[in-house]
Amino acid sequence: MALDSKIPAGDISRKWTDYKDHLKLVAPNNRPKIDIIVVGTGLAGASAAASLGEMGYNVKAFCFQDSPRRAHSIAAQGGINAAKNYQNDGDSTFRLFYDTIKGGDYRAREANVHRLAEVSANIIDQCVAQGVPFARDYGGMLDNRSFGGTQVQRTFYAAGQTGQQLLLGAYSSLSRQIGLGRVQMYNRHEMLDIVKVDGKARGIIARNLITGELERHSAHAVIIASGGYGNVYFLSTNAMGSNVTAAWKIHKKGAHFANPCYVQIHPTCIPVHGSNQSKLTLMSESLRNSGRIWVPKKKEDAEAIRAGKMKPTDIKEDDRDYFLERRYPAFGNLVPRDVASRAAKERCDAGFGIENNDTQEGVYLDFSSEIINKGKQTAYAQGNHHPSDEEVIKLGKAWIEEKYGNLFQMYEQITADNPYEVPMKIYPAVHYTMGGVWVDYNLQSSIPGCFVAGEANFSDHGANRLGASALMQGLADGYFVLPYTVSDYLANEIRTGTIPTNTAEFDAAEANVKGQIDGFLNNNGTKTVDHFHKKLGHIMWNKVGMGRNEQGLTEAIAEIAALKAEFYKDVFVPGTADELNTELEKALRVADFIDLGQLMARDALQRKESCGGHFREEYQDAEGETLRDDENFAFVGAWEYQGDDINNEVLHKEELKYEYIKIAARNYK
Amino acid sequence: MASNKNINITLKIWRQKNAKTKGNIETYKLDNVSTDSSFLEMLDQLNEQLVGNRQEPVAFDHDCREGICGMCSLYINGQAHGPAHKVTTCQLHMRSFKDGDTIYVEPWRSKAFPVIKDLVVDRSSFDRIQQAGGFVSVNTTGRTIDANATPVPKHDADRAFEAAACIGCGACVASCKNGSAMLFVGAKVSQYALLPQGKVEATQRVLSMVRQMDEEGFGNCTNTGACEVECPKGISLENIARMNREYLFASVK
Repeated sequence: MALDSKIPAGDISRKWTDYKDHLKLVAPNNRPKIDIIVVGTGLAGASAAASLGEMGYNVKAFCFQDSPRRAHSIAAQGGINAAKNYQNDGDSTFRLFYDTIKGGDYRAREANVHRLAEVSANIIDQCVAQGVPFARDYGGMLDNRSFGGTQVQRTFYAAGQTGQQLLLGAYSSLSRQIGLGRVQMYNRHEMLDIVKVDGKARGIIARNLITGELERHSAHAVIIASGGYGNVYFLSTNAMGSNVTAAWKIHKKGAHFANPCYVQIHPTCIPVHGSNQSKLTLMSESLRNSGRIWVPKKKEDAEAIRAGKMKPTDIKEDDRDYFLERRYPAFGNLVPRDVASRAAKERCDAGFGIENNDTQEGVYLDFSSEIINKGKQTAYAQGNHHPSDEEVIKLGKAWIEEKYGNLFQMYEQITADNPYEVPMKIYPAVHYTMGGVWVDYNLQSSIPGCFVAGEANFSDHGANRLGASALMQGLADGYFVLPYTVSDYLANEIRTGTIPTNTAEFDAAEANVKGQIDGFLNNNGTKTVDHFHKKLGHIMWNKVGMGRNEQGLTEAIAEIAALKAEFYKDVFVPGTADELNTELEKALRVADFIDLGQLMARDALQRKESCGGHFREEYQDAEGETLRDDENFAFVGAWEYQGDDINNEVLHKEELKYEYIKIAARNYK
Repeated sequence: MASNKNINITLKIWRQKNAKTKGNIETYKLDNVSTDSSFLEMLDQLNEQLVGNRQEPVAFDHDCREGICGMCSLYINGQAHGPAHKVTTCQLHMRSFKDGDTIYVEPWRSKAFPVIKDLVVDRSSFDRIQQAGGFVSVNTTGRTIDANATPVPKHDADRAFEAAACIGCGACVASCKNGSAMLFVGAKVSQYALLPQGKVEATQRVLSMVRQMDEEGFGNCTNTGACEVECPKGISLENIARMNREYLFASVK
């Protein structure tokens, strides 16, 4: 099947406006005749469900958590971008569009990214109107800060809890619709299959996680907003429940899966503490506004630190290597995430890592200069032009506390170190997945009537997301894109009537799910689900992680296939199907992670270039920077399922054309 | 500094098959727990041991493990989220315990939070309170006025944010001898009462949310303050006072 992106014609700055003007509508009196299913209630899902409910459609929303307010969007810390230019520092829709295309390493669709930049300003208006308490300055205006990969201050924030406030905002809108009876909410439910009738998405099979009951739900359109798949690595910054199941199930039914190898490795995570670790914790990128990243200049100092013989504060200024400021003077500590991550890995691989465990990985994120600078600034602002050192430090710490207090607390809780006194230790970790279900300009997958939003789709951002843009995309999709494009699709459904669930298609899908569940419960193997998940994660991090090469990827593909065979033969899942069974939930998710992991390795193997989050070691320049191959790889790689053996999946290429932005090497120097 | 120590502990955990059956405390021994592990990682370790012995794992709620989603719960040695101050269970680390300790782990105790299984309780009553009015009725169109058109004093925005930082975990209810939800509801009412965007509906909002809170079977506030002490996000009792004030004004309007 050919990939038709359905990008409208016309000038980029008019495309979305003109397109919207010509999309079909569903009249208000017809909307109550139409059912829509939304799977996942994070930023994208909750905003979509609330918006469509508001419009008058019957919406059924599903989440596996006990409440939509728990979705992992809540954990995003730093902020959300919008081209408001409130700071008068030269920001504009075009500049946000440009930065995002460049930050995506020229592997995103121009039209989608421009639309994102256009609606970004509306998102802030919408959220403020909902009562989202963004940070404000003393004049009562919204405050901004900057984020990686940009030279303007366009990031709106609420302390280090921006995701929380945006999600609670979307949740409050969703709650209003639930209260009004226009959205039916199904908490603690997991979608385990999609149902197609005559080729169109017509419903889902969901498992009630408390009773184990398999439920049939029909609809005229299905929206998947189930988040990303970073947990394929076992250790990631994702919530424990984040999974790929909904997205993978639609892939198995005909939705292409695009660019699975694009994984964002976030540079500022707390390093791994030991073998029982269940997940990794991110420290917001916004900290790079104030923190300076360094390792010791001398190897013997790094060794002494690792051996516990020296403290970071013992290392003199001249003996510190601020490697990001050294290599990238223009952007310094604010280079994009992939650049910062690789630079940290390079220093640690060269023997300068500072963590005193067997990984030896970790670099410092140091706030001491900022404490002094801001302390002085505050003292001066208070009219004290000759502050003592103690006063400066006290005021500086107060300034840091106001800006990042919760992050500092969280760091201390996890590591037992006080980051006001000693530098934080950080290391890159898997954070955000930029691949996902392939969608066209309408956010429709290759299954008609099945739309995919937020992190679950293959993203508007390409190979490397810049900071503060994931929140932007989730809300843009849910509030401002899907209400138009889903309505256009539904305009042909007003005469369809309610879709019955007692049909052969629903029977078959339910039987399929039941078969899989029974298979696990009767397998009677010897090993736990986590045993396999950890093994998969190990293969993925070592061979499909921050640096990939042909040999490692080839090995990974074979190792994952072998792991899959072992998993189905030897996994043990206790309990029964008709109760809350957390091991069963995990088994169903890990089954999909294994398949996806293999596809990620295959995708990484075919992409013989380095771009953004995808770093093929064979393709780098003399200074270790990525070497893109625009001639051969300026495409979206979309995979088509061909049955159980992932090696049989077929790659389709959607060519990426750049008409408005001149494609160039990405340079942050 | 990280301690890198291993300890052996005894766990006394509430096991309850489902909402209809009676529960009881079971005893488990767990060795080699790293003090760098979080409390939930310790439970993961226990569950690996149980499943390895072909026993059923302990069901408990958790998700983000970053202290923000509010899904983790647990009464640990009689305290909501355990002994550490201002942290969720996922951010409680085993360095808070000593070698040889016996640790009691129970679900939230409140009539309005019925047990689903083991340590998992149903907190959907919180959702229903929010659905009764915890929002600003704004259409999701993006055609609202410019975000900077209505200035908000920094002080008000900061107070609203502090109230909005509530994660809805339910520790306040579980810690309260009356099973009162007033810290949670007070935080929600306060957030919108402090911002100009929420003003128009303020009267209806507080009346509806308080009515729903009562219908869900939560108790009343007697100003004991246990909720504030045990709240992992440090939500202040001031919010309850503000809610009472809002409620009073709304009632006499």
